[in-house]
Amino acid sequence: MISHGAVRTALATVRDPELDEPLTELGFVASVEISEHSVRVRLRLPTYFCAPNFAYMMTADARTALEAVPGVKSVEVALIDHHASHEISSGVRAGRGFVESFPGEATDELDELRRLFQAKAFIARQGRLCAELTQRGFTAAQMSSLLLGDLPECEDTSAYLARCEELGLESSADAPFIVDAAGRVPPKESIETHLRFARAVSVSLETNASFCKGLLATRYGSTEEATA
Amino acid sequence: MYEKDGEKYFVVDGHTHFWDASPENTSNKYGEGFIKCFYDYHANLSPEEYLWPLDKYRKYSEDDLMRDLFEEGYVDVAIFQPTYLTDFYANGFNTTEGNAVIKNKHPDKFILNGAWDPRDGDQGLEHFEAMVAKYNLKGAKLYTAEWKGDSKGWKLTDPESYRYLEKCRELGVNKIHVHKGPTIWPLNRDSFDVADVDGAATDFPELTFVVEHCGLPRLEDFCWIATQETNVWAGLAVVIPFIHTRPRQFAKWLGEMLYWVGEDKITFASDYALWSPKWLVEQFVDMQMPEDLVPEYGELTPDIKRRSSDSTWRASTTSRCPMRSPGPRRTRPPTTGPPRSRHDQSRRRAHGSRHRARS
Repeated sequence: MISHGAVRTALATVRDPELDEPLTELGFVASVEISEHSVRVRLRLPTYFCAPNFAYMMTADARTALEAVPGVKSVEVALIDHHASHEISSGVRAGRGFVESFPGEATDELDELRRLFQAKAFIARQGRLCAELTQRGFTAAQMSSLLLGDLPECEDTSAYLARCEELGLESSADAPFIVDAAGRVPPKESIETHLRFARAVSVSLETNASFCKGLLATRYGSTEEATA
Repeated sequence: MYEKDGEKYFVVDGHTHFWDASPENTSNKYGEGFIKCFYDYHANLSPEEYLWPLDKYRKYSEDDLMRDLFEEGYVDVAIFQPTYLTDFYANGFNTTEGNAVIKNKHPDKFILNGAWDPRDGDQGLEHFEAMVAKYNLKGAKLYTAEWKGDSKGWKLTDPESYRYLEKCRELGVNKIHVHKGPTIWPLNRDSFDVADVDGAATDFPELTFVVEHCGLPRLEDFCWIATQETNVWAGLAVVIPFIHTRPRQFAKWLGEMLYWVGEDKITFASDYALWSPKWLVEQFVDMQMPEDLVPEYGELTPDIKRRSSDSTWRASTTSRCPMRSPGPRRTRPPTTGPPRSRHDQSRRRAHGSRHRARS
């Protein structure tokens, strides 16, 4: 028998790439059905017109995560209430890939897009940490001389280090804190702009996540998932 | 004119609609999905007392429009932005022709914008020119994500689009309102990407590109472009209603806008009937920057709010600036440091006195 807890843990590793938050926390898991060796999950999104590329990524990632759960022999992930529900659900079920699921509309798989949003998530996390450090009295110059090992021990720091690793960036304690998404230390004269921009990225992701959660709640009346 | 605490505000609502999404006009499930998605926006962000039932929201009357904008909504001038969506709605969702009927009855209250779609080719270009002549249009609303046949969108930098932008330049249609949205082709790219605005704004410096919704959900990309291009503006539609349910989030967003774009290039907009200008104007004028965010973003003075609420008007009436008072300007802490782009350098010069005043 598959454990419900293991299924939820698996789903919690899947993030909305645009919002950098787990599907489980965003309320995107509409239902989970487990029967012996199979698991069936329905995903839902805040709007009918949410971008199909990200929707596809989340659906496919959820399938991959669930397949790794001990005891699971068959997985079905369906996206509901979306203008491309059919293309996405059946494409992921058949393992067709994105290009084949949207013939004539996509020219490539989603790796580049995923990478772009991993970079945004990384910069946003950096911006959030910098906002905290600013509150603690750090100046831009002081922040730019910090190493990863100097960062306060907290959830935001762990999340930041995880994003570093995801991008293949140096994450050891003696690596510099302020780097761009390619791992380069910004030149001294542009550090202010770098930090300002990181702040804008964090405000952007925060706002988007707040709006998406709100729209989901309006659309479904609540963000609680129904479990069966 | 809105008045509060001895301050006067000339209100230009930069984004209004008179739409028809009635079941009779809705052609397919996409049109159905579109208006329901709009309704969720309305329901999620409006104060309870401003909530409409769905059937009224699908199609409201001319009386509703005039009352909500001008009698109760404090709006002095409203800009009609058409959104044709003819693949979803038989007679279009909200058209220049329909808007013109209202404008003809109230010529001083509305500014009429047109629309074009580069996928309509030569015929579309001729039609647009005829519309400009007929209605004396000075602006156009573009919806790069609109579906048409097999196409799910286009880019401002497409060669066909440049022919239309060229025509706008020639005809003096110099306000280009761009709505970015999902499902632009190719589908594997970020469909909200605003990068095409950058290229078009560089190549058409005579035109002003108002990026509606401030590039939401790509604030960061938008800010970057607006910093590089002096002719890129921020339309507050869809963002400003956050002021009610997410005031802190809106304060940060506005703070970012003021930093990267500046109040003279921010346009107030209700996006009526998505939201009603009455409560937006009232809350915007009452709004203060939360105390702990002031060091980052500065105070929100009446002058900043005034300049955001009439920026479009000041820019379009070159002779003089109505309602602009020489009041105190926003102060920004000197610690923010010098921005780097050419746009920011000019901003810094313009704001130099404020820095001096503080030190």
